[in-house]
Amino acid sequence: MIFLTRRATFSASHYYWNELWPAEKNQHVFGRCANRNGHGHNYTLEVTVAGEPDAVTGFVVDLKWLKEVMEREVLAAYDHRHLNLEVEEFAAGKLIPTTENIAISAWKRLQPSIDAAGGAHLSRVRVYETPEIFAEYRGGQ
Amino acid sequence: MSAAAKAYFGRRYQLSASHRLHTDSLSAEENREAYGKCNNPHGHGHNYVVEVLVGGDVDPETGMVVNLAVLDEAVGKHVVGRFDHRNLNLDPVFRDQVPTTENLCTVLFSLIQDALPVGRLERVRVEETENNFFECYGSRRDRG
Repeated sequence: MIFLTRRATFSASHYYWNELWPAEKNQHVFGRCANRNGHGHNYTLEVTVAGEPDAVTGFVVDLKWLKEVMEREVLAAYDHRHLNLEVEEFAAGKLIPTTENIAISAWKRLQPSIDAAGGAHLSRVRVYETPEIFAEYRGGQ
Repeated sequence: MSAAAKAYFGRRYQLSASHRLHTDSLSAEENREAYGKCNNPHGHGHNYVVEVLVGGDVDPETGMVVNLAVLDEAVGKHVVGRFDHRNLNLDPVFRDQVPTTENLCTVLFSLIQDALPVGRLERVRVEETENNFFECYGSRRDRG
């Protein structure tokens, strides 16, 4: 089994806010991240797929194809957007766009295309919010 | 809010410290042989990077495995505050063990595990320089 990872970057704004909580609790738990005017990051998306190299091409997956899937499924929706306001899964307070939830949501966006292609499977999605902060999701519960 | 899913949260910290690799159980010559430049008597230092990986359920209320501010406070108090800008050899934990990065990694794993407010400590990676790092993984034992 070979694990292959591709990186991409996107820039987006967000804020943390639980609509079920009073403002004071949001500010206490989320601190500066609760500023409802939002703030932004240069995120790095790291997608790892796992599989056996193809006998003919020697590829686990074609990196160009994986890049296109990442761009189409994730970057087109997230890059230069306000996640709380413009991205379906986070909009209207449905889901707080923490790094953890961004990793899980990116996984859900990527998995159907990767599964449909057959062969390799999605193994890990890691999202860096800054070079020092990241979250990852490996599927399942 | 979706049901809790298991995810991982990673955070990198930096600490600068000095150390000398030397053990009293070897002769002076054997120490020089084993540790080379790292055995120089006055020690030397590194900018260590400590990467902490915490696993756990994403809290549906906060969207977090662990609150960054709470993790920072715990690691700041128990690790960075204790070792940053210090001589590792003089810390009591290294009285009876050589402060190699392997041993530092194990020590930090234990300290962070005890201080972790929530979740399970999955891995501690200590980067001694850009070209070498050491990792310590948790046992399969689940924590609350």
